[in-house]
Amino acid sequence: MHWSKSAPAVLLGVAAVMTAAAQQAPPTPLPRFVVVVDAAHGGDDTGGKLGSGTLEKAANLAMSVRLRSLLGARGISVVTTRESDVAVDANRRAEIANRVNAGACLSLHATDSGSGIHLFASSLAPAQPARFPAWKTAQAAWVTRSLAFAGVLNSALDHAGIGVTLSRTALPGIDSMTCPALAVEIGPQRGEDNKIGSEPDDADYQARVAASLAAAIVQWRTEGRQP
Amino acid sequence: MIPRYQKILFVVLVIASLAMGVVLWQLRERAHRRLVAGESSTPTTAPEVAPAEQATLVAANDADNSLLPQVHSLPLPADSGARARAVLGRLLDLYADPEAKHPVPGGAASVMQVFLLPASSDAQSKDALAQLAVVNLASSFAASHPAGLQTESLTIDSICATLRANLPHVAEVRFLVDGQTRATLAGHADLTRTYLTALAESAEGTKP
Repeated sequence: MHWSKSAPAVLLGVAAVMTAAAQQAPPTPLPRFVVVVDAAHGGDDTGGKLGSGTLEKAANLAMSVRLRSLLGARGISVVTTRESDVAVDANRRAEIANRVNAGACLSLHATDSGSGIHLFASSLAPAQPARFPAWKTAQAAWVTRSLAFAGVLNSALDHAGIGVTLSRTALPGIDSMTCPALAVEIGPQRGEDNKIGSEPDDADYQARVAASLAAAIVQWRTEGRQP
Repeated sequence: MIPRYQKILFVVLVIASLAMGVVLWQLRERAHRRLVAGESSTPTTAPEVAPAEQATLVAANDADNSLLPQVHSLPLPADSGARARAVLGRLLDLYADPEAKHPVPGGAASVMQVFLLPASSDAQSKDALAQLAVVNLASSFAASHPAGLQTESLTIDSICATLRANLPHVAEVRFLVDGQTRATLAGHADLTRTYLTALAESAEGTKP
């Protein structure tokens, strides 16, 4: 190859143009914040049976649809693990959450026992992030973030006058997720006399819980992006 | 024509066979008499009732998601496995009460066996005498257990914490249902993993 005498000048010119273009380029957009909403059970796995006679899998799906709509209205991308009455393996649920690099994941459950909302984080001991984490304990590196996320949900639900209990337990799907992940179990709302005021599949009750969860997720997104 | 020596040999063999049969029969009778003599079924001694002792039952409460210890007096056998079964039986009797704060049908009969085995090397590195308790539950208990993350977790945690409170060397607990491994208790709580009693103990007394 034969270089002319003007080649260095041309190269310098190209470099100057590229530098100017880089300076004028818009700032890198923030990574997309995706929430995974996981309606637990489905298909042959019916879950429990609620006092109203509704199967847990149906109540979970209804709640998932409500939450997805509210989050979508707030400009948050939502990925659901199921949109109909189909069986989804626990590993598949974790795969979905991990593939989209979720900013938060909520696994929705419903029960007839206890009262209010039961929040569960993984019982895995916190661990340092690893390049190749073990599948069954991948959540260990995220437990601290999950517990912080639980605190935000707790505040929002408490603010809405909905009782909350926080616990940690072994959760096969969530234990494999590499994102802040929680199980949210909706129990009946009880009065002072311990009588059930609202069943977990009650539309108004679900709407109140979904609104609180959506508000908490918006707050979580804001807090997560602060330096 | 059969030779004479063959006839004599035949008779001798028949006599020897009969003699051996008689001896064998006598030996069998003698062994049977010895066996019966050693296993007399006559009730010559009164059944031994274990003395009542204080046992700590870590009882669950669905209303506030808490585990609180209660002291009960109950007969406890000397054998560790039987002792564990007796304690868990009383705990599940509490839950079988219609007014229970953590209602679960079934009662004491739901705990079929409790086996105590050496724990994993991890647990033994902290306590040389650490044990793994394998709790075999009845399938009727699992089938009638209310479904839910909270209620199932409370049952598991209260069993683990109760074992730890009464048998301090029990560091790990695994569950079987009718002698088989089972994925979940009633659709939620994972029964395939080994539970650490130290974690259940730390949850004891917790309230929201």
